[in-house]
Amino acid sequence: MFGIDALYLARGQFAFTVGFHIVFPAFSIGLAAYLAVLEGLWLKTGRQVYLDLWKYWVKIFSVGFAMGVVSGVVMSYEFGTNWSVFARKAGPVLGPMLAYEVLTAFFLEAGFLGVMLFGMERVGRGLHFLATCLVSIGTLISMSWILASNSWMQTPQGYTIDKVTGQFLPKDWWAIIFNPSFPYRLVHMGLAAFLCVAFVVGAVGAYHLLRDRRLGRKPTEAVRTMFSMAMWMAAIVAPVQILAGDTQGLNTLQYQPAKIAALEGDWQTRDHAPEILFGIPNMQKERTDYAIEVPWAGSLILTHSLSGKVPGLKQFKPQDRPYSPLIFFTFRIMVGLGMLMALLGVVSLFLRWRGSFYSNPWLHRFALAMAPSGFIALLCGWITTEVGRQPYTVYGLLRTTESVSPIALPGIATSFAAFVVVYFVVFGAGLVFILRMMAHEPVPGETGLDPHEPTRTAGITPGPAQGPGERVLDQRPGGFAPHAAE
Amino acid sequence: MMALSHGHLLTGQAYWLPVLWSGIAAFTILAYIVLDGFDLGIGLLFAVEYRPDDRNVMVNTVAPVWDGNETWLILGGASLYGVFPVAYATVLPALYPTIIAMVLALIFRGVAFEFRFRADSKRGRFWWDVAFFGGSLLAAFAQGLTLGGLIQGIKVTDDAYAGGWWDWLTPFSLLCGVGVVIGYALLGAAWLVWRTDGPLQARCRHHARTLGLCTLALIVAVSLWTPTLQGHYLRHWYAWPRILFVSPVPVLVAGLAVVFWRGLSREDVHITPLLCALGWFFLCFTGLGISVWPYIVPPGITIWDASSPPSSQYFLLVGAAVLIPTILAYTIYSYWVFRGKIGVETHYH
Ligand code: HDD
Ligand code: HEM
Ligand code: HEM
Repeated sequence: MFGIDALYLARGQFAFTVGFHIVFPAFSIGLAAYLAVLEGLWLKTGRQVYLDLWKYWVKIFSVGFAMGVVSGVVMSYEFGTNWSVFARKAGPVLGPMLAYEVLTAFFLEAGFLGVMLFGMERVGRGLHFLATCLVSIGTLISMSWILASNSWMQTPQGYTIDKVTGQFLPKDWWAIIFNPSFPYRLVHMGLAAFLCVAFVVGAVGAYHLLRDRRLGRKPTEAVRTMFSMAMWMAAIVAPVQILAGDTQGLNTLQYQPAKIAALEGDWQTRDHAPEILFGIPNMQKERTDYAIEVPWAGSLILTHSLSGKVPGLKQFKPQDRPYSPLIFFTFRIMVGLGMLMALLGVVSLFLRWRGSFYSNPWLHRFALAMAPSGFIALLCGWITTEVGRQPYTVYGLLRTTESVSPIALPGIATSFAAFVVVYFVVFGAGLVFILRMMAHEPVPGETGLDPHEPTRTAGITPGPAQGPGERVLDQRPGGFAPHAAE
Repeated sequence: MMALSHGHLLTGQAYWLPVLWSGIAAFTILAYIVLDGFDLGIGLLFAVEYRPDDRNVMVNTVAPVWDGNETWLILGGASLYGVFPVAYATVLPALYPTIIAMVLALIFRGVAFEFRFRADSKRGRFWWDVAFFGGSLLAAFAQGLTLGGLIQGIKVTDDAYAGGWWDWLTPFSLLCGVGVVIGYALLGAAWLVWRTDGPLQARCRHHARTLGLCTLALIVAVSLWTPTLQGHYLRHWYAWPRILFVSPVPVLVAGLAVVFWRGLSREDVHITPLLCALGWFFLCFTGLGISVWPYIVPPGITIWDASSPPSSQYFLLVGAAVLIPTILAYTIYSYWVFRGKIGVETHYH
């Protein structure tokens, strides 16, 4: 009734807004954890460098977090504006999970964010560290709920369907939340968020190492520390991510074979299947053009046996096939970047051992070039997952064509255009602010959020020295002079 | 007690759970309105407060807490989605333009909190201040339009929106839009009377006076107009014995007005005007509840028609019963950490 074009625009708008959104939460999840680690190290060792790094990154975190919040608010209403039929039918299952996300995670983050960002002079050290940890835990809880929802849409279970209204009725919440693909997705996404941040932190460190070298300066301890921490993450987490991705692939093979066939570009179901390294899947002609294949490798990777059976797209009706030409590439970009990340980790270990870790400019250039790799892999991974679920919103049960809201084309087109303009202007500005902060080298005695922030009070309640908890201003390592003293 | 939904008689859990949830949902929306109300009101007052120092102070009174305030809006959306999915799925397409305008406006408002402190030139800051004001204005106005669009009724067939693209745009919804803008500005001014001092506080007392008058006039206008929109609204107000519960509402509004003006004119009174303004919001919201109950999407969909099954509502209720009090506790803690007057005194040294 409302035409296929309105549907495409609704999908495009949703993909655009969620694609922007996910970048910020990934950054927040990883960076909040990094900040908690830094603050913990500072409390434990008392070394100024950790506090400096904390104050350096918290400024960047606060900007990224604000963008995560505002882009997330859009998402929570878009289920209803763009996918009202989906919302009505799947609401009884997905709605409570989203509401639990708000109750257990968003409030926790928001409630303690203020203390974390502005409260250093107002609460005791222990309480402040607790606030940082709670914000970090909040981001992880948030990730868990939203991935449980998304995983349920991929591998639904634990429901019945109401014959009259067509609604999904929850029967077993445990089964709904711990649906078969959830654990895999959770691990893979969590690691992805950590990698995103590791490569950003590493690249900022590398940038300052390179610049100091060009200017003939000695890099500060803070620069060296952050570069080193990031490279440890690359060396340890990137290989784990490859393993996690591999297991997730096995899980997907079991529950969504059409998705695997599409992302592999396989058309025939066969054993001893090759792995297609490159090619261009052709949906009309039902074959993959210009394929470069490695014999038997497909079976080996997907079934861990040379003779395993791998599904082909022809096994599925044409109207049930995901759009292979897109996810074939996004999948390869993700995997390729994963390999490069692990390579950087290995190189960094080698140079550490050789003693040229802080002086080899090629390592630093490599790390700098990898700055956006985490985010690119993350987006490619999500596109693979979501486009691979097509043509369904709830896999096998509810088609995307049946999920869309009764909004006519001009309405969606107008709002889509508005989103594009606003997102590029606002988030573009945010990116500029973040890059500008990153271009400054962290210095000893970093100021944290600058003196304009609400750290100073006056009037009837005497100022900073009135916070609850023990106050030991001057004994803290590096001394937290209140901003007023600057 | 019982009710009819889709021709079925509802008793027990299927009756009570939606009643309970409509109470929680109402609380959530009210919490959002008053909390983000003063945040947005501060943005609105940028229209009359130009000095950079004062603007910093104004923003700083809410910077540590605004995110938590906005989270009530997300809870409102999410619990509607989970508990009353039919309402979520009809209201959002029906009010699509106002909802989209609201979320876009909230983007500008939200990032401006951070960005205006990051801009390194006067011009940059000027533009982010414009974004802060404009975002607050559009968000408040869009919320009023949404409210008005909902109260005046939404055309529905088969649990889906069946109206046109511009149905929400009427003189009534425009009036509600103006009402919410003025009401939020009042909350913002009253908040600043409490949280600031010196000349800024004195000016806010003055703003609050004007805004208080306008708010009262708008409350009267909307209250007189609402009962004429739907037959049952009128019945709800004058039907016996409901009139016993509803007649105190206008009386209390008037009583609060007296306390409000006396509070504003005394130098040593700081928080009373804010409490009175909150009281007005509470009473208006109660009045609204009296009019529309038990419809969640007037005129056709009751809370029972819109409900998800008891298995969903019960699952969420268990968590909400524990978590909402916990959230309130740590929200109060966070307000307490950042209590006291905010000033700019260091700039004057
Ligand atoms: C809880 C649910 C949920 C979550 C966590 C995500 N999505 Fe999703 N996504 C949907 C729920 C959904 C959906 C509502 O079900 C859509 C809309 C239309 C559709 O087919 O699925 C969808 C579509 C959709 C599409 C368009 C697919 C198509 O129409 O061909 C893309 C590219 C993405 N999403 C990307 C993402 C990204 C980058 C995410 C990372 C944050 C993400 N999705 C998380
Ligand atoms: C379409 C689905 C999604 C919806 C409806 C959604 C909704 C939201 C909302 C409303 C917020 C703001 C919360 C606040 O005010 O603090 C938010 C932030 C967040 N979201 Fe999402 N989100 C979605 C997808 C995701 C995904 C896939 C992840 C991660 C795996 C994620 C993780 C987070 C995190 C960690 C935050 C808090 C950090 C930040 O704000 O940057 N979200 N989301
Ligand atoms: C190099 C080895 C990797 C392999 C074999 C791999 C494998 C996979 C597979 C099979 C999926 C699709 C799952 C599905 O929908 O059923 C996926 C999704 C995804 N990948 Fe990877 N991946 C790898 C590396 C990475 C890296 C380095 C990142 C990011 C830093 C990443 C981020 C993601 C994300 C965000 C998703 C979508 C979310 C999800 O479904 O969990 N992956 N990956």
